[in-house]
Amino acid sequence: MSETPTTPTKGFLAKHAILERSPTLLLVSSLVVVAIGGLVEIVPLFYLENTIEKVEGVRPYSPLELAGRDVYIREGCYLCHSQMIRPMRDEVERYGHYSLAAESMYDHPFQWGSKRTGPDLARVGGKYSDAWHLDHLIAPRSVVPESIMPGYAYLLDTYVNADYTADLVRTHSIVGVPYTEDMIAVAAADVLAQADPETDAYDDLLARYPGAQIRNFDGRPGVSEMDALIAYLQMLGTTVDFSTFTPDASR
Amino acid sequence: MSSHDHKDIDDVTGTDTTGHSWDGIKELNNPLPRWWLWTFYITIVWGVGYTIAFPAWPLISSATSGMLGYSTRGEVAQDIARFEQANSAIMAQLASADLDTLDQNPDLMRFATSAGAAVFRNNCSQCHGSGAAGAVGYPNLLDDDWLWGGDFENIAYTIRHGIRNEEDWDARYSVMTAYDDILSNGEIDAVVNHVLAISGQTHDATLAAAGSELFLDNCAACHGDEGKGDRNQGAPNLTDAIWLYGGDPETLEETIRYARFGVMPPWSTRLSEAEIRAVTAYVHQLGGGE
Repeated sequence: MSETPTTPTKGFLAKHAILERSPTLLLVSSLVVVAIGGLVEIVPLFYLENTIEKVEGVRPYSPLELAGRDVYIREGCYLCHSQMIRPMRDEVERYGHYSLAAESMYDHPFQWGSKRTGPDLARVGGKYSDAWHLDHLIAPRSVVPESIMPGYAYLLDTYVNADYTADLVRTHSIVGVPYTEDMIAVAAADVLAQADPETDAYDDLLARYPGAQIRNFDGRPGVSEMDALIAYLQMLGTTVDFSTFTPDASR
Repeated sequence: MSSHDHKDIDDVTGTDTTGHSWDGIKELNNPLPRWWLWTFYITIVWGVGYTIAFPAWPLISSATSGMLGYSTRGEVAQDIARFEQANSAIMAQLASADLDTLDQNPDLMRFATSAGAAVFRNNCSQCHGSGAAGAVGYPNLLDDDWLWGGDFENIAYTIRHGIRNEEDWDARYSVMTAYDDILSNGEIDAVVNHVLAISGQTHDATLAAAGSELFLDNCAACHGDEGKGDRNQGAPNLTDAIWLYGGDPETLEETIRYARFGVMPPWSTRLSEAEIRAVTAYVHQLGGGE
């Protein structure tokens, strides 16, 4: 490969030859250009106050809900169910108020999903009874004959291991969820207490996690993963009171 | 574009070349097509105009909101308002109509039925079935066998407040006793046979006779002396062939031993009054409305 020497060029624009002749310089320069675009888009999200608007009622997940959320992630529920009601009329009519950023601010990672083989679950909390969720998770077609969801009856056989609950809660606090040391200290007790409607910690649990639902979700003894998952599903989208919420229009 | 000191003209095309030569092959230095250049310049101008017109640039505490005042939230609110406006007259009429005589207004009833069908499919079909035929533990709404009453007022009340839920203090409420610890195995067997007898199924006559007495002592307070049920307590009629959980001996035994506690959520928090009435009308006209 022979290259005839080029004649010297003039002007700033003509200096592109310098970049074109050094692959390393070209690579570094491309990175700089792309980084500028990325920084302009991403950095403001870290400081802009309106990235996540303040919404009253949003709270960190209770330990049992967090355990249920882990089951949700482990079983890949997000592959078929989204948790993101988009601001469009048909979605709002079907699923309720469009999702707010604040509602998933304690989600690590968020469960917005990208595909709806099944319905959106962002506001499924309270829509159906615990018994329905139980029937539906054990054998979806027993209640919805046209459903193609797989059954999850085995969740009844595995019990929530409270040994790891404090670690789980602490991990979430490390990535920014405001759990206090007290909350972490009693997390192992809380995870079991929430599935026991006669628990002595009833009021304390409610004080720590306002609006938490304390019930035997699967109606059976022991705190199973089914209890955890139903507890999680039954709280989804229930923390914000939309009768008092006024959306900021310019968003 | 080219600012070479001297031109290196290609003999064949008569066009200037870049001066690069690979194995004798030279690169022509044609200018970019004019249409392409202008399109490129227009996209730049369009981009600048767009960031002025629409929400775009992040500033210190918020982002620019754009000259046109557009927001996705504003758009969805407007869209919803447009449809609410279109239906507002008839929805208001429905919300304030006398429920008992709803079926005497054909126009309103027609609107309510189709609006209610949409509400039903979205909110009710998961338990009661998309055809409203129910499932085990979730009542069939197509028949005329009602647990809590099947006229407009009663259906609307059930939808509004739900059944045995914790969210609504006005929810319909009753608790069946679990007889596992109260009756002996033989006694439960007798009651099962009595229920089989009054529902016209194959049964053991001797056991049924013994169960008759036990039924009066334990079950009749809610289900009635004849087992015909009591709508004030949501106690089902045990003499017909319609069963919520099943009328076979095994299921009856399970029901008597461990009782049942069917829950329906309240819908007044999710549905408007007009929507509740619409779905009431829909359920009422499915076949069993009273």
